Amino acid sequence: MARAPRRPVFLPPAGYRQRRLRDAARLLPVAGIVLLLIPLLWKPSGTPQGVGNAAALLYVFGVWAALVAGARLLAWLLRLDAEEEGGEGPP
Amino acid sequence: MILTFNTLVAVSLGYVAMLFAVAFAADRRARAGRGGWLRSPLIYTLSLSIYCTAWTFYGAVGYAARSGLEYLTIYLGPSLVMVGWWWVVRKLVRIGRAQRITSIADLVSSRFGKSVPIGALVTLIAVAGVTPYIALQLQSISLTFAAFTEGLEGGRADVDFVALWTAIGLAVFTILFGTRNLDPSERHHGIVMAVAVEAVVKLFALLAVGVFVVWGLGGGVGGILDRIDRAPIPMWQGNGGRWVGLTFLSAAAFLTLPRMFHVLVVENDDDRHLAVASWAFPLYVLLMSLFVVPIAVVGLDRLPEGSNPDLFVLALPISEGHGGLALLAFLGGFSSATSMVIVATIALATMVSNHIVAPLWLSTRRPDQVSRDLRGTILLARRASVGGVLSLGYVYFQITGSGVALSSIGLIAFAGVAQILPALLGGVFWRGGTAKGAGAGLAIGATVWAWTLFLPSFGLAVIPATVLENGPYGLDWLRPRALFGLAGLDPLLHAVIWSLLLNATAFTLVSLLTFPKPLERLQGAQFVNVFERAQPGRAWSRSGAEVEDLLVLAQRVLGTEAALDLFGAEAGRQGKSGHLPDPTPAFLQRLERELAGSVGAAAAHALVGQLVQGPGVSVEDLMAVAGETAQILEYSARLEQKSAEQERTARALREANDKLTQLARQKDAFLSRISHELRTPMTAIRSFSSLLAEDGLSPLEAQRFARIVEAEAQRMTRLLDDLLDLSVLRDGQVSLKRQHGLLADVIDRALLSAGVARAGLRVLRDPGQEAVAISTDLDRLAQVFINLASNAAKYCDADRPELRISVHRRGGQVIVDFADNGSGIPVPEREVIFESFARLSGRRSGRPEPSGAGLGLAICREVMARLGGSIAYLPGQGGAAFRVAFPQGLAAAAE
Repeated sequence: MARAPRRPVFLPPAGYRQRRLRDAARLLPVAGIVLLLIPLLWKPSGTPQGVGNAAALLYVFGVWAALVAGARLLAWLLRLDAEEEGGEGPP
Repeated sequence: MILTFNTLVAVSLGYVAMLFAVAFAADRRARAGRGGWLRSPLIYTLSLSIYCTAWTFYGAVGYAARSGLEYLTIYLGPSLVMVGWWWVVRKLVRIGRAQRITSIADLVSSRFGKSVPIGALVTLIAVAGVTPYIALQLQSISLTFAAFTEGLEGGRADVDFVALWTAIGLAVFTILFGTRNLDPSERHHGIVMAVAVEAVVKLFALLAVGVFVVWGLGGGVGGILDRIDRAPIPMWQGNGGRWVGLTFLSAAAFLTLPRMFHVLVVENDDDRHLAVASWAFPLYVLLMSLFVVPIAVVGLDRLPEGSNPDLFVLALPISEGHGGLALLAFLGGFSSATSMVIVATIALATMVSNHIVAPLWLSTRRPDQVSRDLRGTILLARRASVGGVLSLGYVYFQITGSGVALSSIGLIAFAGVAQILPALLGGVFWRGGTAKGAGAGLAIGATVWAWTLFLPSFGLAVIPATVLENGPYGLDWLRPRALFGLAGLDPLLHAVIWSLLLNATAFTLVSLLTFPKPLERLQGAQFVNVFERAQPGRAWSRSGAEVEDLLVLAQRVLGTEAALDLFGAEAGRQGKSGHLPDPTPAFLQRLERELAGSVGAAAAHALVGQLVQGPGVSVEDLMAVAGETAQILEYSARLEQKSAEQERTARALREANDKLTQLARQKDAFLSRISHELRTPMTAIRSFSSLLAEDGLSPLEAQRFARIVEAEAQRMTRLLDDLLDLSVLRDGQVSLKRQHGLLADVIDRALLSAGVARAGLRVLRDPGQEAVAISTDLDRLAQVFINLASNAAKYCDADRPELRISVHRRGGQVIVDFADNGSGIPVPEREVIFESFARLSGRRSGRPEPSGAGLGLAICREVMARLGGSIAYLPGQGGAAFRVAFPQGLAAAAE
């Protein structure tokens, strides 16, 4: 038997924005994984055309710092939202 | 600063003493209810840092010196997990709170139908995987101690000696703060606080060494980058398989390591802390690994050829002559090791006691005989497990010695606990996972891990060279390093790929082919749909349990106070007074969940199951839920709520009505009784006084008659006094005298007046408890105590009558319990004993008819009400028991 939809299909702007924020929170680690797979394309350091030691190090730490900053931003936005909406589900 | 062996020992001991003080203070604050800031997101994030053990602190530099960038995989995996908290961690935390999860074994066992074998299997995997890890910490402490003391005055430290004493010290700390009580929420404020402090110490120490290396030795940022570029270690070595594999492995281990699960899920008490930890924890590990490469590069440059790179963090400051910095580095490493060991030991001990000891212990008892000291047994098992786990770690340390590089032991542990991952994720995201599937996956994964990685790590003594070369019994395809002929792979990668692949395959296939039990399906739905409001179905469909038996059971697990509170609250919710609610399915479920917080879901289910007749949930119950559409469900839920409300009101009304009818009957009985009580002495007085009026009595006779008349008149007076007392108390016109005194003195006085010694009643008291200074109307209080004690003396029908008086304090209330060992008061009569003239009939008639008008308890109740307190019957104590509660200091308004 078909299940009756419990939630509306379209949401008002506030709810819509929160959904997209959650999407962003889910996508952030995916972006991190993709960026951290880039090293697989490098030639080993020390070989001709190989990646430089310092450059490799700076790249990985750069991605890492960007992830921290992105997570910080999203956590802040999501928390603001949660306060407006009074949280999700029972406490 | 001149370092000697003795200063090193003194500094270490001082540091440990500081940790004790921090843990103690935090525990005390939390228990006094002032621990709000102990539960801030910052503390939570810092407690997650036990991920960074001595392996990080020392081993990362060694790892970087050997394999370049690869050391970062260990920290990138967990960072990705935390950044992606919206995927997995958030759900785990929510489930952990909703189901009162106590450990990772508890979560997996609870998801798969509260299965005992699965809990035990996960526990065994965890113990096997984490023991080497604990050994690793002991090794690092003793190694650094030895490295530090080399060439110091006072001689070189004995490595074994240091490891042994470290293990003993950690056991003491863990037992003191980790197993002091059987907290139903399984939270340890003191330990979390101590771990947070250690997190700050180790970060500060590593940053200090890093800053010293970069700006003191390396010539600033530009200089150090230049050095890194020219360093003999290639940063990227082109091993993409290990790069991806290790990142995945560390992410898996971050979720499945028992200690990580403990701080991440069990000690969490607010979802919002996760939002902060999602960026703060990656930042923390980023800072921890920031200076690792510079330290490795500068160490390789400046330290003599052949130095152990695992000790560069310590060796660099020493060789440069910075004793203070070296000491700081030592403390950093020390705190990394100790905090890991403490939390890992608590997590493992909880798992061992809940999933191995408790089920074994329950299975050796007959169903109706859950012995009295369940709580004590579990605490004892937990303490013994702490000792056992640490001893195992020490033995492993002794066997393997210090030959293995720090990083390889850590990775073996990671691969071991990662075997839990398929069952964990499969259980949380897929309703189709079954207990048989999870069991099969766990067993196969653990076996493959042990064969390909764990056993070979012990060296050739366990797996001989011929087996490594040719496989067991010449079975070529079973070679530990080349399973199914997959040769030439990195051993770790080889083990991880095969074990997790076979594990996940077995889990999925067996789950697809088997049919879950009803309880499994129910739990599966509750776990997977934890964010949906309406939770379908209950684990108990029938309720054949005697509620008093349940209370007795709950007291044994939760302790008397907590159990009485729980039952009292439920009774209130059902609209009943007293401590005995109806054993509805909903209540059984709530009770089971409370018990699960102390002993784990599997044991709690077994305990409740022993008392509830009939099966738990059945397929029909599930079908009944599944057959309704969501709308009907919602509608009926609303109806149900409304009808439950009406039910409550109706019950309250019915109860009131019953009481009124009973009171009306009593009122009649009261009148006839009072006339009877008054007439008997009156008749005696009349007849004897008329006898006295006759002539010819001897003086002796006259004297005797006069005495009878006087005694009867006194009895009447007493009765009238009581009646007067009662009515004065009820009108509220009584004046109270506020006096100061000791509770013990009041009880002494009451027992003396009640004449319990003459009645042959043994009184059990605890003078320590009774030393409470109170300020209230002591005479009135004594009156209540006299009544209770003399009742016990009169009515207790045991062969060797005993009266136990126990005192405790809660808030500003003093609570005095009087419990005898007789057969108690039957349930229907408990309602009326506090009414006037309610003397119990029936069963007690074997005893001589007691003298007294039946006003005693009625007066007691009024007195206690005047004193701002209460008196109530206390069920489930094995006899008649009364609880008297009153404020320690009488409010001025009541005077």
